[in-house]
Amino acid sequence: MNIATLIAQRVALGILSLFLVSILIFVGTEILPGDVATAILGRSATPDAVANIRRDLGLDDPAIFRYFHWLASFVQGDLGVSLSNGQDIAQSVGRRLQNTLFLAGTAAIASIPLAVFLGMVAVHYKDGFVDKFISMTTLAAISLPEFFVGYMLILFFSMTLGWFDPIVSLNDSMSFLERLYAIILPVMTLTLVVLAHMMRMTRAAILNVMTSSYIETAELKGLSGGVVIFLHAFPNAISPIINVVVLNMAYLVVGVVVVEVIFVYPGMGQFMVDHVAKRDVPVVQACGLIFGGIYIFFNLTADIISIISNPRLRHPR
Amino acid sequence: MTNFDSELLRKISMDPKVNRREFLRTTIAAGLTMSAATSLWSGSVAASTPQRGGTLVQAMEGSSATSSLDPITYTNTYDANMGYQYAQRLLGNDPATGDYTFELATAIDSTDGGTTWVLKLREGVTFHNGKTMTSADVVYSLNRHRGEDSKSGAAGSLTAITEIKASGKYEITIVLDSVNADLPFIITDYHLLIQPEGSTDDGMGTGGYVMKEYRPGEVTLFERNPNYWGDGCYFEAVENLAINDATARTTSLMTGKSHLITRVDPKTAGLMKKNPKIEVENTSGRAHYVFLMQTQMAPFDNYDLRMAMKLAIDREEIVKTVLRGYGSVGNDIPINAAYPYFDSGIEQRKYDPEEAAFHYKKSGHSGNVEFHVSNAAFSGAEDAAVLYQQQAARAGITIDVKREPADGYWDNVWMKKPFCASYWSGRPTQDQMYSVAYKGDAAWNDTQFQNDKFDSLLLSARGELDGAKRKAIYSEMGMILRDQGGLICPMFNDFIDARASNLAGYIRDPLGAVSNGFAPMRCWFEA
Repeated sequence: MNIATLIAQRVALGILSLFLVSILIFVGTEILPGDVATAILGRSATPDAVANIRRDLGLDDPAIFRYFHWLASFVQGDLGVSLSNGQDIAQSVGRRLQNTLFLAGTAAIASIPLAVFLGMVAVHYKDGFVDKFISMTTLAAISLPEFFVGYMLILFFSMTLGWFDPIVSLNDSMSFLERLYAIILPVMTLTLVVLAHMMRMTRAAILNVMTSSYIETAELKGLSGGVVIFLHAFPNAISPIINVVVLNMAYLVVGVVVVEVIFVYPGMGQFMVDHVAKRDVPVVQACGLIFGGIYIFFNLTADIISIISNPRLRHPR
Repeated sequence: MTNFDSELLRKISMDPKVNRREFLRTTIAAGLTMSAATSLWSGSVAASTPQRGGTLVQAMEGSSATSSLDPITYTNTYDANMGYQYAQRLLGNDPATGDYTFELATAIDSTDGGTTWVLKLREGVTFHNGKTMTSADVVYSLNRHRGEDSKSGAAGSLTAITEIKASGKYEITIVLDSVNADLPFIITDYHLLIQPEGSTDDGMGTGGYVMKEYRPGEVTLFERNPNYWGDGCYFEAVENLAINDATARTTSLMTGKSHLITRVDPKTAGLMKKNPKIEVENTSGRAHYVFLMQTQMAPFDNYDLRMAMKLAIDREEIVKTVLRGYGSVGNDIPINAAYPYFDSGIEQRKYDPEEAAFHYKKSGHSGNVEFHVSNAAFSGAEDAAVLYQQQAARAGITIDVKREPADGYWDNVWMKKPFCASYWSGRPTQDQMYSVAYKGDAAWNDTQFQNDKFDSLLLSARGELDGAKRKAIYSEMGMILRDQGGLICPMFNDFIDARASNLAGYIRDPLGAVSNGFAPMRCWFEA
């Protein structure tokens, strides 16, 4: 089996999972208690108004019909309009998704190299003070809930020092640097949250490789510790590291509602929660499928990178 | 006024903590006439000279990603506040007297004692798109909220209107199905914004600020309307931030990112007061928290059980603990001194475990009384329920507090369970408050209160133009509801806002939070 076939197989499996996810999402939103009509009107629902809204939105059609109709339009890029405020879903999701990817991307760019670097440093000073210090601080940061870390950073950097804004307000006229400045605190929070996991995995994976005999050879021919770790051990430890990195990136995209609330960040998490509360089913389904797609995409990437980085898979006998 | 210490008076009126109502109370108590005191207040406000300029940033809760610009869909403080910035109503409300004021109408009169009403419209007012406002726009804007198909939050209070028609280019006529002296107040509803004919969710109006950008659940941006016909509106721009998290609202004010915030947590209000750059503004108004017993549903179809539950609650303790004193005790009617024609002579119901035990025994009820509650009803509802549980236990009544999920509370609990917690924000008049929730056929009759005498009194009060007689009718209705009804009203909660100290001109408005949404029009920055 050559590498192209392997990748094609993975992609096909990914699409199949996405299809299954779409069924789960649809069934899930169907069994939510209450319906969109009463949710839209909330406290002010009179039976007449509820009946009017239900009729207007076509909620009286059978579920199976609505599922295929929805899937067909989704595949064609037509996400429909929001039930609660009539806005075009593709447009409103697009903007929020951009914000989320910006935050997640920045956090990933800040945290991944840092985690890998700290992991290598920890290996170099294995069991020494530096190693213990790195492990202790990162594990402490991951043990604290996100809202606590967030509020501590606000207290220190916004209230006491006055360096950064406690709430993020983004607008279209801001330059890239201004945007980066605006999201510093949420990025710091997310970095602290995901750092330990990746750092520990890097350390463990490299240590595992360090016991191999070719590492001993490298050391015996007089290479320095850093070179051995970076050029000899790290490339062979990349597969498990990538897996953890990708898992954390997926988390950064889909799981940051708490951080969004603390810093009033207009991202996908809060967007989806708002629409779930209002039973705005088309938007919830769209968000669900997008999140599912992102998750599957990241896992696919992890698989493919592992295949490429592993010569045994690249050159099958 | 000769023997009045005018220097002292000036000091009182300059004190930012003294609002107009308090000012009037103080000065009238000191022997001044109402009109003299009023003019003095206006003079003092003028003395601290409104200044134009700056960007006001308000952080308010309520908006979410699902919100819309269409006035029909407005449900919360954020929406109402935003609406008043870009558009106006025919009539407004006076924060000091509770009377109506003129916005886009200049006169309102009934030709036949309260059934047919004629309104003269302000001439020469233009919308932000340059179009001149005429009666056609007004008729269109009001009619959008009426009719059986209407999804508007104002639809319920407009059902008595049979016709709205243009009776001239700058005159409209409203016809009711029966006499109602309160029509002027009905059309002060915050949904009833006047927009150009054909507008729905384009944010177009005649208001003092022009909408620049609307991002639901994030922010709304406004700039000053250079063609605004009215007074006030001192800011060059206004930003309304949607912040639903109380802590984030607080940090935004503490770090100077915003100047005015809504819904300060009573727990932190005391701490915020210590900050010299921040003023906490708590306004007692008509908003109240309620415990609702369904009078047509077992076990609360029993008068004695309802009476036992009303006597078994210590309102003072709940106000002190749950509201931290930011509120006042209720009296099992939805009306308090903030309403016109309120009868302060109605006796305050007190905590009386012995009397409660007596009624409880007489009711013949046995077993637990289930009380469904969630903090979705109001912040602190679960704490209030547990306190109530302890208080009722002293009367031998066992309350089983059922915590319900906030999500779906209004669908599955409110108006469905026999006993639950809820809230009301109040209405401009007693008639509206009673019509919306206590009249036998009211759509939101959330205690299923059915009382023919009460309903007929309500209708007779609408046609009664003699103030003293009207007050007597409302007093009698209050007594009926207080004793027969399923409403336990433990407390009227204050609106707690906080503002930056340099934000001047803030008026405590009993009709709503953040100066009833008028801070962008009333306030300015002090140098």
